[in-house]
Amino acid sequence: MLYYILRRVLTMIPTLFVISLLTFVIIELPAGDYISNQIAALRATGESASIAKLEFLRAEFALDRPFLERYLIWIGLWPGVHGFDGLLQGNWGWSFEYEKPVAEVVGPTLPLTIVLNAATILFVYVVSFPIGIYSATRQYSWGDYGFTFIGYIGLATPNFLLGLIMLYFANLWFGLSVGGLMAPEYIGQPWSVGKALSVLAHLIVPTIVIGTAGTAAMIRRLRANLLDELHRQYVTTARAKGMSEPRLLVKYPLRMALNPFIADIGNLIPSLVSGSVIVSVVLNLPTVGPVLLNALQSQDQFLAGFILLFVAVLTLIGMLVSDLLLAVLDPRIRFGRKG
Amino acid sequence: MDVLTIDGLTVDFLTGEGRMRAVDDVSFSVPRNRTVALVGESGSGKTVISQTIMGLLPEKAQVTGGRVLFQESETAAPVDIAALDRKGAKMRAIRGNRIAIIFQEPMTSLSPLHTIGDQIGEAAELHRDVGPQEARELTREMLRLVRFPDPARALDSYAFELSGGLRQRAMIAMAMICHPALLIADEPTTALDVTIQAEILKLIKDVQAELHMSTLLITHDFGVVANMADDVVVIYHGRIMERGSAQALFAEPRHDYLKALLNAVPRFGMAEGERLVPIRPIEPHAEGFLKKGRSERACAAGAPLVSLTNVTKRFTTRKGGFFLGKGGHSVLALDTVNLTVRRGECVGLVGESGSGKTTAAKAVLRAIEVDEGSIRYDCGDGPVEVGSLKGAELLDYRRRVQLIFQDPFSSLNPRMTVNELLMEPLIIHNVGTAEERAERVRELMRLVGLDPRFLRRYPHSFSGGQRQRIGIARALALNPEFILCDEPTSALDVSVQAQILNLLRDLKTELGLTYLFVSHNLAVVDYIAERLAVMCRGRVVEIGSTRDVVENPLHPYTRALLASVPEPDLNAPLDFAALEAGRASEPDLWPEPYRLVDGVRPALVEVESGHFVCAPGLAGNSGSLPMEAAQ
Repeated sequence: MLYYILRRVLTMIPTLFVISLLTFVIIELPAGDYISNQIAALRATGESASIAKLEFLRAEFALDRPFLERYLIWIGLWPGVHGFDGLLQGNWGWSFEYEKPVAEVVGPTLPLTIVLNAATILFVYVVSFPIGIYSATRQYSWGDYGFTFIGYIGLATPNFLLGLIMLYFANLWFGLSVGGLMAPEYIGQPWSVGKALSVLAHLIVPTIVIGTAGTAAMIRRLRANLLDELHRQYVTTARAKGMSEPRLLVKYPLRMALNPFIADIGNLIPSLVSGSVIVSVVLNLPTVGPVLLNALQSQDQFLAGFILLFVAVLTLIGMLVSDLLLAVLDPRIRFGRKG
Repeated sequence: MDVLTIDGLTVDFLTGEGRMRAVDDVSFSVPRNRTVALVGESGSGKTVISQTIMGLLPEKAQVTGGRVLFQESETAAPVDIAALDRKGAKMRAIRGNRIAIIFQEPMTSLSPLHTIGDQIGEAAELHRDVGPQEARELTREMLRLVRFPDPARALDSYAFELSGGLRQRAMIAMAMICHPALLIADEPTTALDVTIQAEILKLIKDVQAELHMSTLLITHDFGVVANMADDVVVIYHGRIMERGSAQALFAEPRHDYLKALLNAVPRFGMAEGERLVPIRPIEPHAEGFLKKGRSERACAAGAPLVSLTNVTKRFTTRKGGFFLGKGGHSVLALDTVNLTVRRGECVGLVGESGSGKTTAAKAVLRAIEVDEGSIRYDCGDGPVEVGSLKGAELLDYRRRVQLIFQDPFSSLNPRMTVNELLMEPLIIHNVGTAEERAERVRELMRLVGLDPRFLRRYPHSFSGGQRQRIGIARALALNPEFILCDEPTSALDVSVQAQILNLLRDLKTELGLTYLFVSHNLAVVDYIAERLAVMCRGRVVEIGSTRDVVENPLHPYTRALLASVPEPDLNAPLDFAALEAGRASEPDLWPEPYRLVDGVRPALVEVESGHFVCAPGLAGNSGSLPMEAAQ
C-alpha cells in the first residue's frame, strides 16, 4: 500500500510538469503579451514617455526571451534576470494588472475558494445521497417523481438567477448582507470568531447555488447506479440470508454504487471552480473564479497561469484521494483484478 | 413427516399486459431427509416456486391461491409462508435460517467487495445470536465441512479470488451455517464444469446426510435428477405434469411431456444415425444461394482443411499486486497443440473451463495471434498459413470461416433488427445487390426454421433457442465452409438443445459444412462429432474417433471426465467414491506415462489406429512429434 501511494505521488510530478507546459502554451496563445499590448496602445495614442519603463519591465520579466526559455524561467528551471526565481522557488509571479505579486492578489482568495469548494462538495454529497437512495429504492413512487421534478428544476435554473433570488430573501428574512463571503465590516480585518461566523452564514447561499446543479446530476446518477445494483444476484443472496432491507441496502448495493462517486471527487473540483465563476461574479464572492476571468481577459499571464495551475493541482490531489479511497474500498482494485 | 407442503399454489405476475399466471395450482411436498427434484425448462415456473418458498418473489408477483406450509419438526406448528409478509421479521427469521438457498450463478451470487468469511458469517450473526468472533469460528468450521482446501485462509479471501467450484462451495457453506431444515438448490451445478459438478453434487449429498436436511433440487438436467433425487416433480408452463418416485418416473414415464424431454437428452452409446427427438422439431430448407453451394475453389472432402501444428500461446497476466510490485506471471493457454480438422467432418473439442479450447478456436479464427507453431488452412490450393493472410486473402478467409457463439443473449446486438443482423455480413463483404441480399436474408430465416416475417423484430422478442438460430443464420450468411461452434447449446434447455443439435447436423450434411465443435458437455459432443479431442490445461491429451475415445478412454483425464458425466439413468449412478481419489485435472499428478511437468512437451502417441493419447512417458523424453501424428 505504501509503495502504491509513493508511486502514485511520484507520477504526479511529471503530470504537473506537462500540465504547467500546456497551461503556459494556452495562456501564451493570443498574440503578444500584457506589456507589448500596452506599449502598442501607448504608441497608438502617441504617448511615448512611459514606453521606456514598459520596455524595462518586459526585460525584467523576461518576456523578450524565446518561448521555451520564458516557460522555464516561469517555473524556475532557468535563470532569469534575478537568477532562478520561479514557481519552484516559491515565486508565483507578478500580476501586471494589479501591479502586485500574484501571491498577494490570489493569496486571500485561495483559502476562501477552498472553503467554498469543500462546503459545496459536502453539500452535494450530503443532499444527494439520501435522496438518491430514496429514489432508487422507491422507484416510480410519488417521492421519486417529486425529487426528479425538483432535480430537473435545479438543473435547468440558471445558477446566478437562483443566487440573486436567494440573496434577496436571505437579506429580507435573516438580514444577511448582500454579496461577498462575509459582512462588510470584517473585510480586511484579522480572523476572529465573529468573522468566522459571518463567513459561515454567508457560505450558505453560494453553497446551495453552486451545488444545486451538481446535486441534481448526482441524484440522477446515484439513482441509476443503485437501480442497476439492486437487481444483482448478490443482493438476492443477502436477502435470502434473512437480512433486513436497510442493513442489506447499505452493506451491499450502496457500497457497489459508491465507486463512481468516489472516482468523481477529482473531477468535481475543476468544474466547481470554473462553473462558479459567473455565480461568484454575480454574488461578488472573493474567490479565484472572478480573478481568473479578469486575468484571462486582460492577458495578465502570470496570474492566469498560476490560477490554472492551482486548479490543476487541486484536481490532481482530488484524483489521488479518490484513487486511494477506491483502493481502500474495493478489493478488486486493490488486487488489480476484475471480479 | 413433510418438511414442506405446497398445496394448490398459484402465483400471478402483474405485467403491463395484465395478469400472467406463472404457477398454476401446484401441489407437492418435500419429506424429511429426502431430496425432491423439481424438473422443467426455463420459463416453466420452477424458480418462481423457489422464490415463493423463500419469500423472495418480486414486487409484481402475487400469490393468488394456495398454501406453502413449512413444518420444521414433528412438534413445531406449521407456518404458511405464502401468507407471511415477505419483508417482515417472521419471514426473515425463517429465510436463511430454517430454509436456505443456493443459486445457479456462483460467479455473481457473492459480493465482490466483501470477504467470503464476512458474507458467510453474516448469516450466523443474524440467526444464531453469536458475536463476530464466534461467527468466524462457525464459518471456519463450515468451510471445512464443504472441503475448502484452506478454510482459515479462505475466510479472508474475496469471491473473485476463487474458482467457480469454490464459490459454489462458499455458497453452500453460507446456506448451511444455520443448519436449515430445508435446502433449496436452484440449478446449483448448471454453471459448473462436469468434474466440479460431480464434486458439488457429492458435497450436497454428504452435507445433507450430516445435517439431516431435506433438499428441493431445481434442475433441468436429468442426469443430475437420476443421481440425486428420491422423488421427482415435472413442471411445464406452471403446471405439474407428472410426479412420483424417481424409480417410477425413469422406469415408466407416463406423461408425454416427460417422455419427450427424456428423448431429447443426448446419451452415450446412442446408435449410429439415431436422432434426438426435440419437442419442437424444425426442418431446415436449403435453397437458392445456399443450395448452390460454394462455387469457389475448395479442397477435396476428407483432406485436411485446418491443421494446427505445435501451436503455443502464452497469456501474461497484468502486473497486478497492489501491495507487492511483483512482475506479471504467464499462463500457458495452449501448449504445443496439434489438431487437424478434415473437410466435411465435425471435430469435438472437449475440456473444462480454462482448458484452452476457446483459445484454440480463437487462434483458428485469427482473433488472437499465436506465439509459436502454425495454423494452416486449405482454401483449395494447398495449405496456407493463416497468420500470414492479408487483404483480399484475409477477407476471403473470413468468409470461409465463421463462428457460432455460446451466449445467444449477448451475441446479438439488442439495437439491431434481425434483418440488420443478418444483412451485416453481406454488407461488410459487399455481397450482391440490395435485392439479392434481401432474398438471401429471407432464405437464411427459412433455413433455420424461422418465419421471414420476423425479420423486422428485435432480438429481445425471441426465445433463447430462436436467438441461437438467428446466430446460426448469421454465421451461414456468407455461405462459409468451416464453422467454429463455441458451446452453442450450453445456455439452452435440453429440448431446445436437441433442436439446435439436429439443426447443426442437418445443415452439415445439407451444405457440406465442416465443424469444430467446442463444448464441455461430452454427451453433446458424442452426439454430433465424429472425432473428439480432449483438452486439459492447454494440452490436447487425447484425440480419436468419438466412439474410440468414449468407449475406450485411455488418458486418466478423459476417464475422469467421462466418469463425472451424470447419466439420465438410475442404473448408472456416478461413482462418487472414485471422484474423490482423482484430482484429475492436475497434469503433474497424472500417473506415468501420462505425467506432465512444466517444460515437457505433451507428445501424442498413437495407441490404436487413429487414436492418440498424450503420454510423454511412452514417447521418450525427446518430445519430438512427427506432424502426421496428430492426423
